Amino acid sequence: MGALGVLAFITCACLLAPLYAHDVAHSDPFASNVAGSIVLGGQEVDIMQPNDNPLHLGLSPIGPTGHAAYLLGADSQGRDLAARLLYGGRNSLLIAACAAVLCLVAATVTGIVAGFCGGVVDAVLSRIMDIMWAVPVYLFAISLSIVMVSQTIHLGPFTLGADSLLIPIFIIALVYVPYAARPIRGRVLALRQAEFVLAARSLGVPGWRIMLLDIVPNISTTLATLGPLLMALALLAESALSFLSLGVQAPQASWGTIIQDGEGLIYTRPLVAVAPGLAIVAVVLALNIVADGLRDALDGREGAR
Amino acid sequence: MPADPMPLLDVRNLCVSVPANGGMIRLVENVSFCVDEAEIVGLVGESGSGKSVTAMALMGLIDSPGVQVRGSARFRGQELVGMAPRALRALRGRDIAMIFQDPMTAFTPVYTIGWQIDEQIRAHERLSRRAARARTVQLLAEMGVPDPARTAQRYPHQLSGGLRQRAMIAMALSCNPTLLIADEPTTALDVTVQAQILELLRGLRHSHGSSVLLITHDMGVVAQTCARTLVLYSGRMAESGPTATLFARPAHPYTAALLDSIPPLYGPRPHRLPAIAGLPPTPRERPAGCAFGPRCAHVHATCLPAPPALASIGPGQQAACVLPAEGTPLPPRATAQATQP
Amino acid sequence: MIPTLLRRLGQTLFVLFGVSVLVFAVFFATPGADPTARIAGRNASPQIMEKVRREYGFDRALPVQYMTMMKKLFITRDLASYADRGELVVPQIEQAAPVTACLVCGAAFIWVSASIIMGTLAAAFRDTWVDRTLMLAGLVGISIPVFWLGQVTNLITQSRYHDTWLFSWVPGLGYVPFSEDPGGWFRALVIPWVVLAVMFIGIYSRVLRADLVALAGEDFMRTARAKGLSPTRVMLRHGLRTALVTFVSLFGLDFAQLVGGGALLTEVVFGLPGVGRLTYRALTNLDLPVIMATVMYSAIFVVVANAVVDMVYLLLDPRVRDAR
Repeated sequence: MGALGVLAFITCACLLAPLYAHDVAHSDPFASNVAGSIVLGGQEVDIMQPNDNPLHLGLSPIGPTGHAAYLLGADSQGRDLAARLLYGGRNSLLIAACAAVLCLVAATVTGIVAGFCGGVVDAVLSRIMDIMWAVPVYLFAISLSIVMVSQTIHLGPFTLGADSLLIPIFIIALVYVPYAARPIRGRVLALRQAEFVLAARSLGVPGWRIMLLDIVPNISTTLATLGPLLMALALLAESALSFLSLGVQAPQASWGTIIQDGEGLIYTRPLVAVAPGLAIVAVVLALNIVADGLRDALDGREGAR
Repeated sequence: MPADPMPLLDVRNLCVSVPANGGMIRLVENVSFCVDEAEIVGLVGESGSGKSVTAMALMGLIDSPGVQVRGSARFRGQELVGMAPRALRALRGRDIAMIFQDPMTAFTPVYTIGWQIDEQIRAHERLSRRAARARTVQLLAEMGVPDPARTAQRYPHQLSGGLRQRAMIAMALSCNPTLLIADEPTTALDVTVQAQILELLRGLRHSHGSSVLLITHDMGVVAQTCARTLVLYSGRMAESGPTATLFARPAHPYTAALLDSIPPLYGPRPHRLPAIAGLPPTPRERPAGCAFGPRCAHVHATCLPAPPALASIGPGQQAACVLPAEGTPLPPRATAQATQP
Repeated sequence: MIPTLLRRLGQTLFVLFGVSVLVFAVFFATPGADPTARIAGRNASPQIMEKVRREYGFDRALPVQYMTMMKKLFITRDLASYADRGELVVPQIEQAAPVTACLVCGAAFIWVSASIIMGTLAAAFRDTWVDRTLMLAGLVGISIPVFWLGQVTNLITQSRYHDTWLFSWVPGLGYVPFSEDPGGWFRALVIPWVVLAVMFIGIYSRVLRADLVALAGEDFMRTARAKGLSPTRVMLRHGLRTALVTFVSLFGLDFAQLVGGGALLTEVVFGLPGVGRLTYRALTNLDLPVIMATVMYSAIFVVVANAVVDMVYLLLDPRVRDAR
């Protein structure tokens, strides 16, 4: 229950960011603001502060102010960290959720077709899954991202800009298909021998109808458990890709890109990297707990780890 | 009747209850019986009647959270209910051993048969590996396992069901237990193998001096094997007594119905075997009165308010039914002579 | 026996072939993605583009390009990097592999021991606070992004608390070969080991607990208890030993993925010059041959590990042994 609460709170806070973020930040969270200054308690303060080493060499972004503006301080570009966290969270959650749904749909189709048709179809699909699974997930995702992120892709009438959020969504969904398709196929294989399916077959019900009306409702528990798990995995994958500058592209933010921004400041302003990480942990943990609870409630030993 | 005044196992008012929906549900209610030295006692009932739960409770093998076991079960005068786990463990396998229903799944799949029998011997006696293995091989031979030395080196899945059950019995007997609890030892086996295993169990009385508590749902098995029989219905005792008497003059309609559903060996075959209508109640939905009431042909007003108490009928025979006390006992059965042990 | 082995070998080779085609296709045949543009730079003139295209053979048919690349990678082993002054790729991987192997082996040791202890304890104390605490800890471990955990440990051990007695022994980021200084090697790797292991401890302890709990209802566990064995012996010799079969198969695959470059993020964060970081460096200068080679290298590990897991299965589970 608590987990659901945390999840709902973070999701709402992030999705609604555009509505109120301006009131929080008083500055554009996507534009560099290195030379700017803000008024705190009647005093004008530079956003980039001199370091507190003896010679005051170099500048660091301002730390947490305790005021609405720059509540959590600024990042290396002088942008409001709190506002970026909200906008970044919106992208992270959006990508994770869309990727999870897309992956689940693709995996369900693959799993059902492979498990239900059997024979050559199953063999071919299973071998393809084997091949995809043989490449470490992150390496696979990274390889795809390099190709797609480095230039604009023209696919017939569609043009995918390098900064499109569709790219990470598509990539993450694709690389996790084997992960999700395998347990689904297993369930379908078991169901194929179930008596109600045999009965439907002997009555001459067409295959697609059996798949849709008999199989899909019966694997819904597996799907329900896989859903949040996949979203958790997708969120982690998105942050890793963005951390390697291969996911969400600047000036857009995601929790992963903020962590990467913070890498250079890790010893002076650790909050820039720590805060988005904590957000990721909270959401992923909440998703995992929800998945756990769902599995216990729906009581099945199936579903992946 | 044995000369020994103290029975080997004396169970009095054994109750097992599990927590469910805030309350406690009694799976086994006030079961009492005793087993004498070198005696085979049958515990009969349909699935869900509490036979296995009774056995598990005696062995202290029930460890689900919240389960309550009450009453008394004295083994050679020692109280088993509430005994310290360590003491019970020393008893388990050495003095009381158990054989399980499905020999397919009762052995750990990743060890050889011999290893698993050795393990039990060495858990209770200080013996070298070699000495333990020698006894294992000898036991397997006694149980009629062909080529025992090689069989000991095989894995459970490599043996047939019958061989596995023999190995199971060998394992149970490995420390010369005085009481053997056999939980449906023949249910999962072919009929021919079943007969061999029963023969083996009957022989144990003489060869090892062991008593056997035989749990089964098969009246035929009881008739062939047991000196005394206890019939359970929905966790309560329906009837108990010497097998011969019970078969000849059942006092409880449930016992009679069970016996009627065995096809007779002699005489004309009935057109249809009589079946007991309906299903036994789950422990949760047990009626206030006699649990068998809803399915009983003789049910009437006195059965309904409370479960009938166990009353003595004849020598050693008891039944939880109001009919004998009301002067309208069930008639003796005609086919009784066919089922003498 | 022989036909099964042959079939298995054929399957393995097929998967390897498939992986190489897949990886090749990703880099050289993605619609709209032209490797020439990447090598020549974004705003290169058409003449330069043409020159690059001819020089690298991108003007030839895709199957021919594929064959050339595979030949260079596996037979002549002289595949050259597109960047880095044409350095050979295979020796680079051979140099990086031991670092990754050290990192992953150490982490594997930690995660296997920790998860066996945690999983068994949780199963033994099922539904008590011990169980709940351990499993929640496992869940937290699964939920932490490894690169972020690495950064935070760096923050703590390298900066914030580096001067306290607790972390003053921690050396700067980087790798020390075992042959040079075993102590330094250990100090340099111990924190990356733990960081890499955290997620797997979570996964494995939870899987093991679930398996043990499921096994507790099995008939043979009841038999073992009926034999009068101590609970510890029942849990370890009968439960854990049987559960290890699943555990090992899981382990083989994860281990192979990590050795093959899945530890990329950990290596990057801790500055360890392993295969993962090699891939990362190649990826920052879009050095396709190196990426191609490292991904192939990791796929080989995964496929070989699959075969090894099958073998270990034979050792661990007599039922499978006979099914062959």
